[in-house]
Amino acid sequence: MTVETKLALTGEDVRSYSESNREPEWLASKRSEAYQLAETLQLPKPDKTKIQNWNFTEFPVHAVKDEPLTGLADLPQDARALIDIENQKNIYVQRNNTPAYIKLSDELKEQGVILTDIFTAAREHSDLLQQYFMKDAVKVDEHKLTALHAAFMNGGVFVYVPKGVEVKEPVQVLFLHEGEDVSLFNHAIIVAEDNSSLTYVENYLSLSKDSKGLVNIISEVIAKDGAKITYGAVDVLAEGFTSYVNRRGVAGRDATIEWALGLMNDCDTIYENVTHLVGDGSVGHSKSVLVGRGSQKQNVTAKTVHWGKGAEGYILQHGVMKEEASTIFNGIGKIEHGASKSDAVQESRVLMLSEKARGDANPILLIDEDDVTAGHAASVGRVDPLQLYYLMSRGISRVEAERLIVHGFLAPVVSQLPIEGVKKQLSEVIERKVR
Amino acid sequence: MSTLEIKGLHVEIEGKEILKGVDLTINTNEIHAVMGPNGTGKSTLASAIMGHPKYEVTAGTVTLDGEDVLEMEVDERAKAGLFLAMQYPSEISGVTNADFLRSAINAQREEGNEISLMKFIRDLDSKMETLEMDQEMAQRYLNEGFSGGEKKRNEILQLMMLKPKFAILDEIDSGLDIDALKVVSKGVNEMRGENFGCLIITHYQRLLNYITPDHVHVMMQGKVVKSGGPELAQKLEAQGYDWIKEELGIEDETVGQEA
Repeated sequence: MTVETKLALTGEDVRSYSESNREPEWLASKRSEAYQLAETLQLPKPDKTKIQNWNFTEFPVHAVKDEPLTGLADLPQDARALIDIENQKNIYVQRNNTPAYIKLSDELKEQGVILTDIFTAAREHSDLLQQYFMKDAVKVDEHKLTALHAAFMNGGVFVYVPKGVEVKEPVQVLFLHEGEDVSLFNHAIIVAEDNSSLTYVENYLSLSKDSKGLVNIISEVIAKDGAKITYGAVDVLAEGFTSYVNRRGVAGRDATIEWALGLMNDCDTIYENVTHLVGDGSVGHSKSVLVGRGSQKQNVTAKTVHWGKGAEGYILQHGVMKEEASTIFNGIGKIEHGASKSDAVQESRVLMLSEKARGDANPILLIDEDDVTAGHAASVGRVDPLQLYYLMSRGISRVEAERLIVHGFLAPVVSQLPIEGVKKQLSEVIERKVR
Repeated sequence: MSTLEIKGLHVEIEGKEILKGVDLTINTNEIHAVMGPNGTGKSTLASAIMGHPKYEVTAGTVTLDGEDVLEMEVDERAKAGLFLAMQYPSEISGVTNADFLRSAINAQREEGNEISLMKFIRDLDSKMETLEMDQEMAQRYLNEGFSGGEKKRNEILQLMMLKPKFAILDEIDSGLDIDALKVVSKGVNEMRGENFGCLIITHYQRLLNYITPDHVHVMMQGKVVKSGGPELAQKLEAQGYDWIKEELGIEDETVGQEA
């Protein structure tokens, strides 16, 4: 007997939503099939976190309609602070579920670069989108949440860089949440063709404190042969959400994907960041920092899967836990048979700031090939009393010394973010959350 | 003039008594050297004065111009004017040397009276030049991946930037080659003056060739057993410590071996 969960929408609702967006038939069908699957597929099973009782299926409203922005200056102050309004050349802003503002430099347009919301992409670049949408990186039928995502997708962005094009100025994307009824089923597809390069930075920002909705977001990042994608993200979503965040990459021959993820949500969140190193000589860097507070429960999996010869995968996870927050950090280096000369290295460190907080670091190496190198380091501990003593011996107060140590601990990701405003924001969010 | 006064200081680490009644008075405008073989309690004295968390003072007093230092938190001791150049400074990842130094300087100033960035950079540049440190050291993470010599220079850099009333240099010469020793000494000598007193802990006389002390003390068995002028250091260099042991009837000078 299968237990069917009640879904917030009917299959008919999904159909008519697709119609209202004038989606191509392949997408509408895929969503209908996904809806069927979602009814029977099981939830994923993140290691050591029980999510059977988490609500991933019910939410108040599927899509909230907002007004587009006439200009970036119309943004609320918290959002505006993230952007260099005069100089940011390439940007997409989404308010709740409405594409609100988009700008791409003429130079990039002429070179064939695409930056558009996901629905426009489905209408105007249907064939291109179809090649990548839930095909190689994330599949619809993995589990209930991937199926739900495909069925309920209500926003997102498509970035495409043609062969050999180097996008020098970062592409910035803002996903804004306002209002308690909002749910975000955003899908981002980022494709860099052979020998191209791109820096992409996204922000998830709650502008209101209240939320009763769901977050189920998926990013698919495709770096073709010789391409390089740098992917920065800062997530700051409100306490009331239940979130599933899956960012996954596929790297071709000699391609590089670098992730710098600031995981600053205040809600319960299941994070997944997997990089498939498919091509020979491909490289993946997954760097993430997280602060858990209150009674927040989170599970973070960073994984590199080595398929190509000489593939290099590096994982760095640093977490700070306070109050009664609990987070499981899974670092997985998987080397498939045939991926000789691969190197899988990972480091997971958790800093505990309170007695009641819980943080676990699980380093896992799964190796099906002999001729490889691999290493892991994991630690869970408190602020080192000798570090405190050293800083205090220079006149710095205990509170300030702790603050410096915590900021330093989270610096590996902050320093990687390529947009000043976003870097500053992450520092400030850390400051606020750790205080 | 300021005075740092240590009286009858007894210190334990993990239940073991290391210092057994140390008396020492240091004024500004004076440089004192504490010498002695290994294991006689010299570094313990330095750590106890600064407030290292592992050292417990069981008896005695330390005062700075009459203020009870032992009652103070570690940061308050620094603000009162004490500085310890440590033998093994901590490495702090993610915090740049420059940011750390600025935080330390501003900690000593009133809120709203923080050092201007320009003045800070000017100061830092000139002090780093004196110490022949590469400018990029300012942007490196605090002590992380520094060589032994770089760490020592960095301690002296902090000393010069923070300008304390009293500095204790805990074996600042260990592991330094002669050129580095000269550079470090130059830094300390620049600090010399009416508003600065210094306690140099070393077991080699050679540092004292470059920083001439006004007073020299010898520690054995957790106490100061002999004091004198600079000539005492020279005699130790020439003749070693045996003559003192003989004079005082000490067989084993390390802590825990009573005469």
